[in-house]
Amino acid sequence: MSWIDIGDINDIPLRGARVVKTPVGCVALFRTDDTEVRAISDRCPHKGGPLSEGIVHDNKVTCPLHNWVFDLNTGEAQGADEGRVDTFPVKVDAGRILLDGSAVGNRSAA
Amino acid sequence: MTQRLVIIGAGMAAGRVLDHLTDAQKDGESADWDVTLFNAEPRGTYNRIMLSPVLSGEKTYDDIVTHDADWYEEKGVDTKFGVKVTEVDRAAKIVRGDDGSEVAYDKLVFATGSNPFIIPMPGHDLDGVIAYRDLEDTHDMMSLTLGQKAVVIGGGLLGLEAAAGMAARGVDVTVVHLMGHLMERQLDEPAGYLLRKALVDKGITVKCSANSKEIIGENGKVKALMLDDGTELPCDKLVMAVGIRPNIGLAQEVGLACGRGIHVDDQLLTSDENIFAIGECVEHNGDIFGLVAPIFDQAKVLAKVLLGDEAAFVNREVSTKLKVTGCDLFSAGDFAEGDDREDIVFRDPARGVYKRLVLQDNKIIGAVMYGDTADGSWFYGLLKDGTDVSDMRDTLIFGPAYQGGAPSDPLSAVAALPDDAEICGCNGVCKGDIVAAINDGATDLGAIKATTKASASCGTCTGLVEQVLAVTLGDDFVMPAAQTVCGCTDFSHEDVRRLIKVQELKSQDAVWQELGWKTRNGCHVCRPAINYYLLADWPLEYADDPQSRFVNERKHANIQKDGTYSVVPRMWGGITTPDELRAIADAADKYDVPTVKVTGGQRIDLLGVKGSDLPAIWYDLNQAGMVSGHAYSKGLRTVKTCVGTDHCRFGTQDSTGLGIKLEKHLWGSWTPHKLKLAVSGCPRNCAEATCKDIGVICVDSGYEIHVAGAAGMEIKGTEVLCKVATEDEAMEVISAMTQIYRENAKYLDRIFKWVDKVGLDWVKEQIVDDLDNRKALAERFEISQSVYRADPWAEHAKDKAETYQPLADLTLEAAE
Repeated sequence: MSWIDIGDINDIPLRGARVVKTPVGCVALFRTDDTEVRAISDRCPHKGGPLSEGIVHDNKVTCPLHNWVFDLNTGEAQGADEGRVDTFPVKVDAGRILLDGSAVGNRSAA
Repeated sequence: MTQRLVIIGAGMAAGRVLDHLTDAQKDGESADWDVTLFNAEPRGTYNRIMLSPVLSGEKTYDDIVTHDADWYEEKGVDTKFGVKVTEVDRAAKIVRGDDGSEVAYDKLVFATGSNPFIIPMPGHDLDGVIAYRDLEDTHDMMSLTLGQKAVVIGGGLLGLEAAAGMAARGVDVTVVHLMGHLMERQLDEPAGYLLRKALVDKGITVKCSANSKEIIGENGKVKALMLDDGTELPCDKLVMAVGIRPNIGLAQEVGLACGRGIHVDDQLLTSDENIFAIGECVEHNGDIFGLVAPIFDQAKVLAKVLLGDEAAFVNREVSTKLKVTGCDLFSAGDFAEGDDREDIVFRDPARGVYKRLVLQDNKIIGAVMYGDTADGSWFYGLLKDGTDVSDMRDTLIFGPAYQGGAPSDPLSAVAALPDDAEICGCNGVCKGDIVAAINDGATDLGAIKATTKASASCGTCTGLVEQVLAVTLGDDFVMPAAQTVCGCTDFSHEDVRRLIKVQELKSQDAVWQELGWKTRNGCHVCRPAINYYLLADWPLEYADDPQSRFVNERKHANIQKDGTYSVVPRMWGGITTPDELRAIADAADKYDVPTVKVTGGQRIDLLGVKGSDLPAIWYDLNQAGMVSGHAYSKGLRTVKTCVGTDHCRFGTQDSTGLGIKLEKHLWGSWTPHKLKLAVSGCPRNCAEATCKDIGVICVDSGYEIHVAGAAGMEIKGTEVLCKVATEDEAMEVISAMTQIYRENAKYLDRIFKWVDKVGLDWVKEQIVDDLDNRKALAERFEISQSVYRADPWAEHAKDKAETYQPLADLTLEAAE
């Protein structure tokens, strides 16, 4: 793993999200709790909705376009919908958000 | 052979080491130690964690002394109290004190503890600014008398104990906490909410998410704390309880290896083979220590090592309890969310109980409890032992005595309501009235309606009345199946709205707890509704939560199927100017807007704007005097008009002018669903007012006010609410109509749907016949508008523009 400093934890509102552009596409970072961040692909497998704009509840997000719900830990669609989005290793250390550069295809970080 | 042991510091860690050493020597074991104990405080060891009961008056200092002068004498400990160690000569193995004393040692122990952290903000050195650490601080706080004011910075364990202790002495205490909820390191938000509620009940004012800016003084003495929002909190004493720092000054001076604390190994040995360190001053494997349990473990290990036995310190999970009478909380382990972690949540609103267990791989890894902590030690035991709990998962949360017990009662929130809680707002019927009627033989809804009038008017409290019947009659009453908000609750929208008002629930956490929500923070169905109900009922107290809003209302633009947005500036009453049109055209060019469309609401839609361009295009439109058209909100959309008397030969009134006035009065308000108005200047109705949520038809003698039209999935003509003679009356009736809809309707019901449920006659009674009520509703609308009549575009373009950009762009780095 090669951790890349993405920003301050407070750059993401609690139960909100921000996007990081990466070589593998946009990755959405969700702040599910004071010091908890999850990273998944920003693209809903259903119709490509921006998951970063969805409502975050518990450890899940609801796509803003058609209300598909995804588990932020596993990337699996919940309920009757079938599909999954990619998840990426991310952690918070001393208030900084660290994303695994190798998992998002960042060559300079590898 | 007797060896010389010198200990610097007589805190709880040192006290416990001496206990173990002297106990062992009494048993005649191994090497004898000749002990000298230095302490900068002029006293021996006392139970520092019991200072809070001393402060509150529940205990005295004498009660909490663990080692008094007799004890030291009896055990032969040479004490140097009130003497500060100024120098350690490691080569000669000599300690020097500030009284000139010199003591030689074979082994030395640093037990220098920690220092309170004082935020270096302006005014921190004023007289009356203190920490909460030792007996002196405690006495300082005890000097405050009834009615004096104190501010505590820091809503952690120590700060809250200080606050509660002073409050118990009749001091007017305000706690200022930087984070969003109290004790955020030990508690999650729901438990933090309950704790806050208990403290507020004790008369303590609690301000969370509050950033201290400076301490204001007068004649060198503290006078007030100023927050960065400009709020001034007057105080006679300011207590900083924002954390502790290991006291490593002396250790650094003498060259011991230090990080945040003095580095020690598993035997508590420092980088010098003859010097140990213990307690709050040490750093072990990157951890520092503030709670007593691991420090007592260290004391045990150190005593064994000094006695020549083998021992190793292992840091273990600790649990926390707050020593404030009446606030039962328990916290242990790790309760943050995480990969493969699961929550078990239990809430009992009736008893103010919240419990949450965090499970990973079928083991408890964290527990938070509030209100009922009796099972805390049982859960803590399972946590420490790593017990596999898969066999008892379903009943685990009920504790050891309750394996196989009954699930929580969905009716407990209603059971918990006091008798004077108003159930039916229309007819002023309280729970006690209904219970009395039931006891007198009214055993179904119809009988309750007939005898008490509860739910006999607008009917939105029907669900609650039925629940009161169920609670009172038990199995004799069969509840009709109600439409609940979502799977997170057993209540209907109407029940929730009513309970938010009756119980004065003013935060999301209050709703989750008091109404027994089954999930931690709702879901995408209930949270937007709850957010709306809270801001509609408590406009001044509750702050709108953007994270509980659908994307359009959070971004103040309509998301399109390709992820771009549409931008619609407001055109008051459908009137625009050449300058505005030019600015719109310029913006369309500048931001490559692919589609420009005229809307049905008499304005212009710029479709296909990129999300990252939104703040910039808003800024440009703002510069031309335009504001958000709220074309995306469950709130006021447009007031459509015809040209009226200005130009039209049939016009009877200034319909355009009234439309503009109405739009300027109503804009920015949030409503249960979208709200569209129109004003037509004559009965020919060119503005199509008779299919709007609220419409006005001007006639010669005044204004006909229509409501409850629809022209969407359903089509419905309006019904006439009333006719008024003047424009002012029309404005007041429409304000009142908007407000009564805001206060009562279910989220996502348009006016026509809501009126269909409550009946137009009821609405007429409220705002046509009852003039006082009409006025009161219009006033409440105005109070809400004092907050919400503002342009979100201007605010976002100014303060939140960066949140519309990616947090980082790793594609650039990769290309470099």
